[in-house]
Amino acid sequence: MVSSEHFAGWAFVTPGVAIIILFGAVPIVWSAVMSFQKDNLLSPSTPFVGTANYRQMLHDPIVTQAIQHTLIYTALFVPGTMLVGLVLAVAMNRKIRFISFYRTAAYATMAISTISEAIVFIWLFDPSYGIVNYFFSLIGVPQQQFLNSPSEALYVIVAMTIWGWSGFSVVIYLAALQGVPQVLLEAASIDGAGPWRRFRQITLPLLSPASLFLAVWLTINALQLFDEVYLSTSGGPLNATTVLVYYLYTEAFQQFNFGYASAIAYFLFLVIIVVTVIQFRVGKRFTYYRS
Amino acid sequence: MTATSAPALSGTDSRGGLAGAPRPRSRRWLPFSPWHLVLLPVTLILLFPFAWLLVTSVETPAEALRFPPLLDPHVIRFANYSDALASAPFVRFFINSAIVSVLTVLSNLALCALAGYAFARFRFLGRTALFAVLMATLMVPFQVTMIPQFIITKWLGVHVLAAVGINHIGALILPNAATAFGIFFLRQFFKTLPLEYEESARVDGASRLTVLVRIVLPLATPALATLAALTFIDSWNNFLWPLIVTSSTNEMTLPLGLATFQGAHSTQWTLLMAGNVMSLVPMLIVFFVAQRYFIQSVAATGLAGT
Repeated sequence: MVSSEHFAGWAFVTPGVAIIILFGAVPIVWSAVMSFQKDNLLSPSTPFVGTANYRQMLHDPIVTQAIQHTLIYTALFVPGTMLVGLVLAVAMNRKIRFISFYRTAAYATMAISTISEAIVFIWLFDPSYGIVNYFFSLIGVPQQQFLNSPSEALYVIVAMTIWGWSGFSVVIYLAALQGVPQVLLEAASIDGAGPWRRFRQITLPLLSPASLFLAVWLTINALQLFDEVYLSTSGGPLNATTVLVYYLYTEAFQQFNFGYASAIAYFLFLVIIVVTVIQFRVGKRFTYYRS
Repeated sequence: MTATSAPALSGTDSRGGLAGAPRPRSRRWLPFSPWHLVLLPVTLILLFPFAWLLVTSVETPAEALRFPPLLDPHVIRFANYSDALASAPFVRFFINSAIVSVLTVLSNLALCALAGYAFARFRFLGRTALFAVLMATLMVPFQVTMIPQFIITKWLGVHVLAAVGINHIGALILPNAATAFGIFFLRQFFKTLPLEYEESARVDGASRLTVLVRIVLPLATPALATLAALTFIDSWNNFLWPLIVTSSTNEMTLPLGLATFQGAHSTQWTLLMAGNVMSLVPMLIVFFVAQRYFIQSVAATGLAGT
């Protein structure tokens, strides 16, 4: 009986676990090894070069830029998406007319792929024929170059990705809002607390676990930004939108510097771990869990 | 109750427990809930890209290049759609996406249920170590593993089976056929189920597989639906991995096909938007039909994470 349980256990897990080991666990070790090798298309052998790939990153001006762009992007995208989601979810958490229309409209952004989203937005923000420049002209704002401008392109990508993630953010906050007990809010209002005070002192603290989850989840995704950059700017103009994963992609699959690209990938991993740990540490202080 | 708090309350209380108590509506300064003033403009902004996409997709190329833009096209030109279909095989892309997503979902349900159940219920040699390895892979971003994954896929295609190699849609299915997330997610769910049914079925002589299929899986339908919805969204929208392993048009999924189409026709806006509409409509339909499941699934990840 005991041995049959061992056998059954292995029989049940093997198909799934084999795939995960082959395409997940083995590559983790392999790319760690590659990050210490000189491995590119030109050289037939892959000699170990110690930490050369990591040291090269320190002196690579594009890596420095890519880190800056990634952090600026994340710092704008994450709070932006959370704020849009919070405002919409609070507004939608009530029975008023057209509420299902409003909700469906927000959810719809979840159904659209990053590529579709990027194609629509490069058209909306086209410098010559785009409708955003038309709206700007109506309110007297001069015509902008948007994705063609090194100083604006990254912000256009922030805008398009906030739009794309707003539905997700709304769903998370709406689900959390359903868990806010109505009695608490009623008790507070009987005690004379106004709507803003009830929101600040009851709703917002009860939403803090959802906020922490969103902050972590959106940050992990933001640090891995790629699709929109690939499609709308290819990292340009003048590297203005080159983020870490985009640079990693070009090094790996256009230059075929597998060794160097692996080092960048591990650096990215490190950044994600550090940022996530900080978020949990800081978040714990502001997060209120009802037990 | 103060007069100033009344507007905001009118919404909150409507779903609250005060229904029976007649509440003096002190002052309504609007004939509708003031929340519409927030919701309507934001919703219009959220919907505008969809609307403008549709408008451009039926404009004539000349009208699309007018500035200021025409808000109401004079001719509805559906020929953009047939032009787009003639210049890229969108039907093929759609079929490829459907095959990849459906097979990925089915294999995830089967393999993650098997493994998740074993991790939840069986004691077997190496279980803890194996589970730790799975959890470790869960934390690592895809970018770390993609280069070796590419090399392995290339090798498999050349030496083992061409159908899972570079430039075959099998390469889009196999590496994602089971996920550590799926196994972990189902294991957690299986652990919450009561043991009694399974034990009595075993006593009655049912095999472990029969117990899983006949007793456990029916009880786990909500978890399976959630996993299916999340896997489907991920698979359908996946871009970076197909970009790396696919170069021939016939094997492309919708996002990659659409991106390639954009690269070839980057200034033909009407054609691009028609292609874009065709690419996103199938997913929009699936999404609206199964909206409840998608929403619950996303909400479930959030609530599980908190």
